[in-house]
Amino acid sequence: MMELLEVKNLSKHYKNFDLKDISFTLPKGYIMGYVGANGSGKTTTLNLITGILKCTEGVVQIDGLSREENEQAYKEKIGYVGDESYFPDHFKIKHIRTILKDFYPTFSVDKFDSFIRDWNLPEKKPVKDFSRGMKVMLMFASVLARDTKLLVLDEATNGLDPVMRTEVLKLLQEYVMDGERSVIFSTHILSDLEQIADYIYFIHGGRTVLYDAKDELIESFLLVKGESAKIPPALKKELIGMEENAYGFEAILPSEKAGLLGNAFLFEKPTIDQIVIHYIMSAGK
Amino acid sequence: MNIIISNQSELPIYAQIREQLKEQILNGQIPEGETLPSIRQLAKEVGVSVITTTRAYSELETEGFIATMQGKGSVVLPTDNNLLREQYLLRIEEGLSTAIETAKTMGMSKDELTDIFHNLLET
Repeated sequence: MMELLEVKNLSKHYKNFDLKDISFTLPKGYIMGYVGANGSGKTTTLNLITGILKCTEGVVQIDGLSREENEQAYKEKIGYVGDESYFPDHFKIKHIRTILKDFYPTFSVDKFDSFIRDWNLPEKKPVKDFSRGMKVMLMFASVLARDTKLLVLDEATNGLDPVMRTEVLKLLQEYVMDGERSVIFSTHILSDLEQIADYIYFIHGGRTVLYDAKDELIESFLLVKGESAKIPPALKKELIGMEENAYGFEAILPSEKAGLLGNAFLFEKPTIDQIVIHYIMSAGK
Repeated sequence: MNIIISNQSELPIYAQIREQLKEQILNGQIPEGETLPSIRQLAKEVGVSVITTTRAYSELETEGFIATMQGKGSVVLPTDNNLLREQYLLRIEEGLSTAIETAKTMGMSKDELTDIFHNLLET
């Protein structure tokens, strides 16, 4: 069993939104970035994976097990961190510790306490008085103290300061270190997270746009800049998400079309963010 | 062992890692027989993806710089002099090609270019 997470033809039908035909696999020991604009279906997908939502169609397997086969065992394998604290506001760390210990058989009080100490989380304050960063780290502590196989992070690093984001990146890389566990995270800003992602899945309007190993994805596009007036028609129809201003344009071009560029344009290696932004622009038109 | 990743570089990250390791193997900074950090260890230390470091190592392996043995990790192979020579030759050719391209772009004559070359050799 090489695959940790298998998602097949996942669909969820809502009155005014459809998530359609999401399919991917994430091997053991790897990290996937699940990207898209707000409202593209990221959270819906992750909620279908964690089992908070039931899908209209499709199958999700974690470590070879589907939720339908054994819901308890399935949920044990997942650690979830969202962008909002899911602990009751008036709870203090001691209450959370007790509840998690009762609820999850693999919850280790020692591990939990060592995270609390390492990150200086306040034992005496109720969760509602925690800073945004502290709340996120508390969620990480509660999840990492368990024996899980898959970390599902939904916009978890939003609003964290750069030092904390770096801390989280290290945590994620440590989590997949033994090659047995995997991470899927959703975000609308990749920036530093892009660095550690092995795979990128990009959705827009509930549909798959791009899905590949990150390095392949970056190599398959060029970021092109130059004077709009100089674009020959053959090139124009290959440019994706052309953004024009008074002094020039910027767009994405599939690398295999680089021959059309000639010497008139500047081109460089794009970031995943730039690829995503230009694709979203082209979809908007 | 040092690895510095630049986001401004035109080289993809796996190629930056590959080139920097190669350089340090060639100049002896990483001696033969040395075991490199595991793919996952390196990914974590440098803060890049596992796929990226995997590719860097597998290319170093193809080029004969390291050998990966199951359970033992990746070991630096003795750099034979031919390999070393080949690498340096390649670099010289790359440098000269850039110069020639530039000369062509500005329409410089062959003689003028060889003059510059000879002058620089003398200094």
